[in-house]
Amino acid sequence: MSLTNFVWAFVVGGLLCAAAQLVVDVTRLTPAHTMVLFVSLGAAFSALGLYEPLTQLAGAGATIPLPSFGHALVQGALEGARREGFLGLVAGGLEATALPLTAAIGFGYLMAVVFSPRG
Amino acid sequence: MTGTAVRERPAAGTTESGRVPAPRRVGRYTMALPSRPPVAAVATVSGPMEGRGPLGHGIDHVHQDRTLGQPSWELAESRLLVDAAQRCCRKAGLELDQVDVLLAGDLLNQIISSSFAARDLDLPYVGLFGACSTFALAVGLAAVLVDGGYAATALAAVSSHHDSAERQFRYPVEFGAQRPPTAQWTATGAAAVLVGGPARKARVRITHVTLGRVVDMGIKDPYNMGGAMAWVAADTIRRHFQDTGRDFGDYDLVATGDLAAVGHPMAAELLREAGYEPGDRFADCGLLLYDRRRQDVHAGGSGCACSGIVFGAGFYPDLYEGRLRRLLLVSTGSLHNKMTWEQGQSIPTVAHAVAFEHAGEEASP
Amino acid sequence: MRADAAASRDYAGRLRRHQPRPPILRNVLAAFLVGGLICVVGQAVLGWFMSGGMTPKDAAAPTAAVMVIAGALLTGLGLYDELARFAGMGSALPITGFANSIVAPALEAKREGYVLGVGAQLFTIAGPVIVYGVLAALAAAALRYGLVGP
Repeated sequence: MSLTNFVWAFVVGGLLCAAAQLVVDVTRLTPAHTMVLFVSLGAAFSALGLYEPLTQLAGAGATIPLPSFGHALVQGALEGARREGFLGLVAGGLEATALPLTAAIGFGYLMAVVFSPRG
Repeated sequence: MTGTAVRERPAAGTTESGRVPAPRRVGRYTMALPSRPPVAAVATVSGPMEGRGPLGHGIDHVHQDRTLGQPSWELAESRLLVDAAQRCCRKAGLELDQVDVLLAGDLLNQIISSSFAARDLDLPYVGLFGACSTFALAVGLAAVLVDGGYAATALAAVSSHHDSAERQFRYPVEFGAQRPPTAQWTATGAAAVLVGGPARKARVRITHVTLGRVVDMGIKDPYNMGGAMAWVAADTIRRHFQDTGRDFGDYDLVATGDLAAVGHPMAAELLREAGYEPGDRFADCGLLLYDRRRQDVHAGGSGCACSGIVFGAGFYPDLYEGRLRRLLLVSTGSLHNKMTWEQGQSIPTVAHAVAFEHAGEEASP
Repeated sequence: MRADAAASRDYAGRLRRHQPRPPILRNVLAAFLVGGLICVVGQAVLGWFMSGGMTPKDAAAPTAAVMVIAGALLTGLGLYDELARFAGMGSALPITGFANSIVAPALEAKREGYVLGVGAQLFTIAGPVIVYGVLAALAAAALRYGLVGP
């Protein structure tokens, strides 16, 4: 892993976030709508074969922002389809994203038990 | 509507239109209070942020802990209300059981903070909802009850809490959402005004109450409530002027509730277009509660407690000392909820006005 | 009173004249900086997993999980919303923001109990992201599967 990897991660990750901010400020979509939009766009770009090259270029810069969730779902579905056909297509997406989703539920719950809102 | 019913049984004093004139009503919207009920005491409490604002020194008690040691924001808010009510009675030298009626309101669903507070205060209770306009509404109705002889002392109290309001109207408090520059900051605090009591000591009196109508200008952005309410604020002020024959020249100050940086200049513009020149006698509580350069409140303050705290900590001492001789307080309310906003409905707005007067000299003729 | 169409158009125009525009350049720059930095941290985590012999593809999911945990922890400590005030979508779009959107309602809903509160509220904000993510991915993958094959 070289400095170049970090630079690309910074630039691509930053640009994705900047684009989302632009959407919020210009269209006045709520952040929730924007997040939904970006996840869906990630899925679309993934199916078009455009997101995978981005992850190869930027590493975490492409896999940490939310569109990668759509990407991971699509890639998982396609991989499932290769293995088991149609049923794999349906199940593969959530299989591929099970780790971060379960981490989110588990830690979300744990945090709620441990902490109280501070305001 | 009910017009026919009135015509069927014409009462003494019925006018041609069939309406019975109310003797204490002036114009269409305003009640004149001939006994000019005195304000016996005012008390305010707040959270830490309001305490650091420009009026912090005038707030009776600044709670540094926004939870007030309570397990939820909702209970914390109702403690604020109880605290303000108790302090107000103490300042007036009254026991709580000497208060005839409590009029209270807040922003939460089913005005739950007020109901919880009323449960503790144990007084005859009227719960009011006028969103952020509730302060003027409660004080105005308290004055009407005292003026009519239905209460010797009436306690008007309101509360709001930043975190309980965020939670109900916007997002959970720990959610990372950026607010647009038109957003306002819901004040954490409560204000209580005791109307009535021994009249000879009174240095501040209430002379008029103008109840506003609900106006919907079609604005749908809940992050721009000041802008949505500017029209109705100007409307209520205009109605008050028309009804009473007064204008800005008759008041040292006309203060709107929480129009803030977007709405207040709009209201001034609307009044100017209607032929009333606000000059430097037009202020807004939402712009006075915080120091917008130092405090990250975007367009300014809001919430029931906003006009309440600014009145109690800022205007009332000035009225008491005679530095302000006449004040028109116009609390403004944005009557939407999260569900109707999500359903795409526009925001109904309302504003109520109460006229206060310094009465220092009359007390010693 | 309800303003008619003409009056409300008129009023909306007046409102637009008075309302400040969001400081777009500042917001976009802040989002770029913070979003970029969060990804740099993610890249370091990714590198750590890869130094253990994982391929970049295999390391992506555990990296996401670590970032989720970090975002959840910062939310619990009451720090993430402070960051978001400055960063906007810069802190919302990375998966740490996704974690924030799960922990924030869960924290607050604790007072309403662990089933009807935490359990029901956990996905109030993140729910739409998962629902539309899954639906969009299913549609996109099916389309690709049908047209191009797996």
